[in-house]
Amino acid sequence: MTHSEEPQVTVLPPDKEKIKKLWTVAGILGALTLVEFVIAFTMGHGTLKTAIFVVMTIVKAAYIVGEFMHLRYEVKVLMWAILIPMVFVVWMLVAFVYEGMKFSEINF
Amino acid sequence: MSDTSATVTAPGRSVWDGGVSPLGASYGKLMMWFFLLSDAFTFSGLLITYGLIRSSHDAYAGAVSDFTFSTEYWPIPEKVFEAVPFLHGVELPLVFVGIMTFILIMSSVTMVLAVEAGHRMDRKAVEKWMLWTLLGGITFLSCQAWEWTHFIVGTDTPTLVKDFVNGEWITKEVVGASLTINQYGPTDFADFFFFITGFHGFHVFSGVLLNFLIYYNTVTGVYERRGHYEMVEKVGLYWHFVDLVWVFVFTFFYLV
Repeated sequence: MTHSEEPQVTVLPPDKEKIKKLWTVAGILGALTLVEFVIAFTMGHGTLKTAIFVVMTIVKAAYIVGEFMHLRYEVKVLMWAILIPMVFVVWMLVAFVYEGMKFSEINF
Repeated sequence: MSDTSATVTAPGRSVWDGGVSPLGASYGKLMMWFFLLSDAFTFSGLLITYGLIRSSHDAYAGAVSDFTFSTEYWPIPEKVFEAVPFLHGVELPLVFVGIMTFILIMSSVTMVLAVEAGHRMDRKAVEKWMLWTLLGGITFLSCQAWEWTHFIVGTDTPTLVKDFVNGEWITKEVVGASLTINQYGPTDFADFFFFITGFHGFHVFSGVLLNFLIYYNTVTGVYERRGHYEMVEKVGLYWHFVDLVWVFVFTFFYLV
């Protein structure tokens, strides 16, 4: 066997607290999705419903990016280097929604 | 390497003068972040365009219970996606998509557990969690294959659709969907379904391939010999991003 050539590896014990936290985040994500389901079938369509969905989606996104992708714990410069360019998405949204409203005024 | 994030600098030199990693992350990890940023723009483009095109079509005005498919207005998503495998004819709106969302979130959790095991140099645990992640990804893809098949094949009752054939308008019965005509609503509806879920599905597919590569390298001891499991972290970032995109697709394509 070539086991003697293998490097010596020290395996650390599982970080119970960290793992528990990850499962908590997973629980929050699952719960938010369930709440979204309930809202989808109990509320009438409208701006309020859409607004609630958008807010809940952004909360879920924050948990995924912050905890799972670990961005919250990275160096602040890295965090802002990723988050600030998202301003362009906001601008795109504003511009396209504005265009979309003009679209519906024109009768093709 | 990830342990080059020392902040000690020589006197008179800033962290940006070289020799240290000011962002506390390796080159590969940074590039993965910036790639994901650009990918986020791509998906934003698709989803915002969906919003634009949808708002330029008429919305269905009547009661939800009386809803029927028509090309006159944009369909209500929960009326389109209401089928579940093995339960033919049973109306279960969005249940299958909900299951798919759950599967993807779970595979994101197992991925982050694999990353955690990698930090501890625990090869067996990385193997275990990577296998679960792979299973989640493959299950999600299989679900999407079923969903696409159902969408393309269509429901039991056809919809009357106006179509322009050989220079004149005719009305014909349409079942299912293609890129040019579909039974659910305006042509754009099916097109966006194919493009948005297809582009996301392709990301999942690439993610499964990358995950398999990571699993293979873990099993053969590549990372153990290298002394760190940073590749698991990098591919993990990509995999979480795929989950992140699905969260948005789920909300803006299926729920709203």
